[in-house]
Amino acid sequence: MSLGQGPRSRRSSRGRIPHVRLGNRRHRRSGELDCIGLCTNLQHRRAETPRLHKTNKKNSWHARRRARTMSAVMVTRKVRKWEKLPGKNTFCCDGRVMMARQKGVFYLTLFLIVGTCSLFFAFECPYLAVHLSPAIPFFAVLLFLFVIAMLLRTSFSDPGVLPRALPEEATFIEMEIEAANGNVPAGQRPPPRIRNVQINNQIVKLKYCYTCKIFRPPRASHCSICDNCVDRFDHHCPWVGNCVGKRNYRYFYMFTLSLSLLTIYIFTFNIVHVVMRSVDGGFLNTLKETPGTYPFLFFFFKVLVCFFTLWSVVGLTGFHTYLISLNQTTNEDIKGSWSGKNRVQNPYSHKNFMKNCCEVLCGPTYPSVLDRRGMTQEDLTVSSASAAPSSSSSSNAAPQTTKTTAPLIPNEHTPDDARPSIAASAENSDSSKEGFPPKRSSPARVTSPRVALIKCI
Amino acid sequence: MSTFHNLQELRHSASLANKVFIQRDYSEGTTCRFQTKFPSELESRIERTLFEDTVKTLNNYYAEAEKIGGQSYLEGCLACATAYLIFLCMETRYEKVLKKIAKYIQEQNEKVYAPRGLLVTDPIDRGMRVIEISIYEDRGSSGSSSGSSSVSGSTAR
Repeated sequence: MSLGQGPRSRRSSRGRIPHVRLGNRRHRRSGELDCIGLCTNLQHRRAETPRLHKTNKKNSWHARRRARTMSAVMVTRKVRKWEKLPGKNTFCCDGRVMMARQKGVFYLTLFLIVGTCSLFFAFECPYLAVHLSPAIPFFAVLLFLFVIAMLLRTSFSDPGVLPRALPEEATFIEMEIEAANGNVPAGQRPPPRIRNVQINNQIVKLKYCYTCKIFRPPRASHCSICDNCVDRFDHHCPWVGNCVGKRNYRYFYMFTLSLSLLTIYIFTFNIVHVVMRSVDGGFLNTLKETPGTYPFLFFFFKVLVCFFTLWSVVGLTGFHTYLISLNQTTNEDIKGSWSGKNRVQNPYSHKNFMKNCCEVLCGPTYPSVLDRRGMTQEDLTVSSASAAPSSSSSSNAAPQTTKTTAPLIPNEHTPDDARPSIAASAENSDSSKEGFPPKRSSPARVTSPRVALIKCI
Repeated sequence: MSTFHNLQELRHSASLANKVFIQRDYSEGTTCRFQTKFPSELESRIERTLFEDTVKTLNNYYAEAEKIGGQSYLEGCLACATAYLIFLCMETRYEKVLKKIAKYIQEQNEKVYAPRGLLVTDPIDRGMRVIEISIYEDRGSSGSSSGSSSVSGSTAR
């Protein structure tokens, strides 16, 4: 039933209704076409298909085609849910990785960490391993790997995004709000949408998010950069390229803590190395030694990076340790939510340092409520418009290919780009389009989508 | 799952009339709890005790998942020591409880809610914000309910 595909497609089409598969492997991973409606005049067009290869220039052909193709084809495309998620996140590895859109600073962070550590391993470790102990590079490697693991975990995981309300839920909440507000006289602004809840004898106001159409849970906040409500929102960190929230706060804290330790470690052994060499042969001589063994510039670079990292990262670690001990978020601290004015106290704190730390760092690992990799249906009404099929299919190919390779595609654009190209490809399986591999160009294959579509009925 | 199929087949004769959303109860903090207040739309459909039992059981499951005690500390420390790589091969306690919850909801739907023309959706499908209860009515009945939705109620993942 499917277009001539290899074993891989047959394997994945087990138990499914007959479908049309178009496009290359990457296209198939992200969507399949299930035909649930069909133009009755497609059989007529089958005879016309070879002409499509040759030219679209004949006006009479266009006129005939327009006259015939009056009805629309309804196709349902199966996509992964991450492709349909609103918000300004980018997704990689077919939805497994989730980050913010701006990733430049994250790449800088990676470069600084990896670069500095590489220089340390290349130039200091051999000397220190020989003259002091081989345990020094060993622990440095362990610490470095831990830092990278924590950074990637923080950057790539879902921070605790709250999915937007579905239409029925949004309507239900609107009805509740209207019922609570009563009749608002015309011309007057309606009261602000706030719900009061009492938590541990403290009144907490839950605000309504107009973007997500929900009342935000306590401690949740809407990140304007990612355009999502995040549970237990701490802050949006450009250095890790993601929000820091309920699900990844502990990884963020372990990242800053381990990075502080790594920086102190490298800084200390830099100094130790220089001191030991100076003792051997004089300080200035040490710095001037040939580039092959001890370049002055690299030493200076490492010291500079470590010095600034030390004050900023160690300071940040100290600040977050303070927040954890009080069970507060950065967001609450900045806004002064529990600053003690008007007898307002933090209702989430256990008033015990150890308990607060244990809850934040050793609490349960919350699952992601964004089902990124689940499948969902996308209904497309494909009209007979086949205007500029090649350009739209090329735009289809570009997001399709880059979706799974470079983490640069905002997911919200993809379905719109895909629609006209799917429309075009459903009607003209012209193999000259970019989305199709060259092997589909044989004339026999060209008619197969129509054959498959017809067989689907 | 046979009852769901029955529900899907019955869609020819039963239509989605309304949806009720049970909100979260934040009186004990940010832990996951749902309100046990009985919604008025369900008064004619199901007994109050059955509904409250379901919500209380779900609350207990979530409390078990989010309990901070010896096991969660052990899990946290072990995971930290392995740079959280252990989660690639091990299921977390929360995930285990979520599976129990899914099974419980399915069982409740089959035994209690579907015979009464109701369908309970797992809160995880709604971002752990609400318990969505869909109310179905026979198409034969004069059903111009106020909240009838055009979206299909079955929320298969």
